[in-house]
Amino acid sequence: MPSVSMTVNDKQVSGEVEGRTLLVQFLREHLGLTGTHVGCDTSQCGACTVHVNGRAMKSCSLLALHLDGADVQTIEGLADGDTLHPMQEAFREHHALQCGFCTPGMVMSAIGIVNDNPDLDEKTIRHQLEGNICRCTGYHNIVEAIGAAAEDMKG
Amino acid sequence: MYDFNYQRASSIEDAASKHAAADDARYLAGGMTMVPVLKQRLDQPSDVVDLGSLGDLTGISEDGGAIVIGAMTTHHDVATSDLVKSKIPALADLAGTIGDPMVRNRGTIGGSLANNDPAASYPAAVLGLGATIRTNKRSIEADDFFTGMFDTALEEGELITAVSFPVPEQAGYKHFPNPASRFPIVGAFVAKTGGGVRVGITGASPCAYRQSSFEDALSGGLDPESLKGIEVSSDGMNSDIHASAEYRAHLVNVMARRAIGG
Repeated sequence: MPSVSMTVNDKQVSGEVEGRTLLVQFLREHLGLTGTHVGCDTSQCGACTVHVNGRAMKSCSLLALHLDGADVQTIEGLADGDTLHPMQEAFREHHALQCGFCTPGMVMSAIGIVNDNPDLDEKTIRHQLEGNICRCTGYHNIVEAIGAAAEDMKG
Repeated sequence: MYDFNYQRASSIEDAASKHAAADDARYLAGGMTMVPVLKQRLDQPSDVVDLGSLGDLTGISEDGGAIVIGAMTTHHDVATSDLVKSKIPALADLAGTIGDPMVRNRGTIGGSLANNDPAASYPAAVLGLGATIRTNKRSIEADDFFTGMFDTALEEGELITAVSFPVPEQAGYKHFPNPASRFPIVGAFVAKTGGGVRVGITGASPCAYRQSSFEDALSGGLDPESLKGIEVSSDGMNSDIHASAEYRAHLVNVMARRAIGG
């Protein structure tokens, strides 16, 4: 089988995979990083969102081999020890989750939104979140949390 | 998804030779359509030739009176390019409406055009601006490129390297998005170019096309009032649970008018 190497959460990792192995399978099944979720598996819901070379992408639609040499960050790589990333802290503070299944993808997308949009307003947040679906429909607090985290991340 | 033989191309020539040597190969660009297609087993190639390492297929430059976009340039990079925003803002706007942020961070203009989905956004701009598709073998004019549903003038193994968009005097794009997928139910790209007025329509029919009746009506200037009352035939238009053929035909006129401020 072909081998793949990449950096995941600042650690060098490698493994043997099939051509068809998806990035999300490599993360979950080979590396045990089960924080990245598979929701729809049809690239619509965004639960599988991770950062590849600093950009938010859907890991259920990427081949692991496609990303040989890439720098991947997952939800597990955000916190600094016991200190949550400001986006995680804002989600906790604003209770931006109900069942929690979509949350890892929401947080990863939200960080991308803040990084791309220096002046965020509610309309922009809602529009930019269109690739993430919360089946509990708990968007209100998610939008609140992203707005709050955007202020924290500026500082 | 069935397994396949994954191969990484090291150059354009290497990609073409790996494609030619395989039983039934496909190129892989960003994979935003390709990977879901493989997962659904709608396609089952023996080999997938990955173009991800070909850095010379990425980038945006100005060449004479045209903006040239490398085939592997992402929708995000087109949408946020200062050069595209200053020279052809309608093209940047269009790129910013494709999919969602994660799709735009990965999907490429070359992949979109080679796939020629009936509801893809870029074909409207390629037709509306009269762009030229550059491949590893030749240049193909926009009017000759889109040949049918998911079908193009590309030959087996032929690879898009770049797209050259002439800078128009004026242009606009508007689409009516499917509320779930965000694909255009109908999208209209209207441009006043050195070669006259061009109107590219996507989503309405099995293949993107030019609405020549609108082009004639707008020849005196891009005034949305000129399009009022021009009926568009629904014959052969797409019809599905999202929109009937008649509704799409109606939207063609509405989107074209909105594209130029109507």
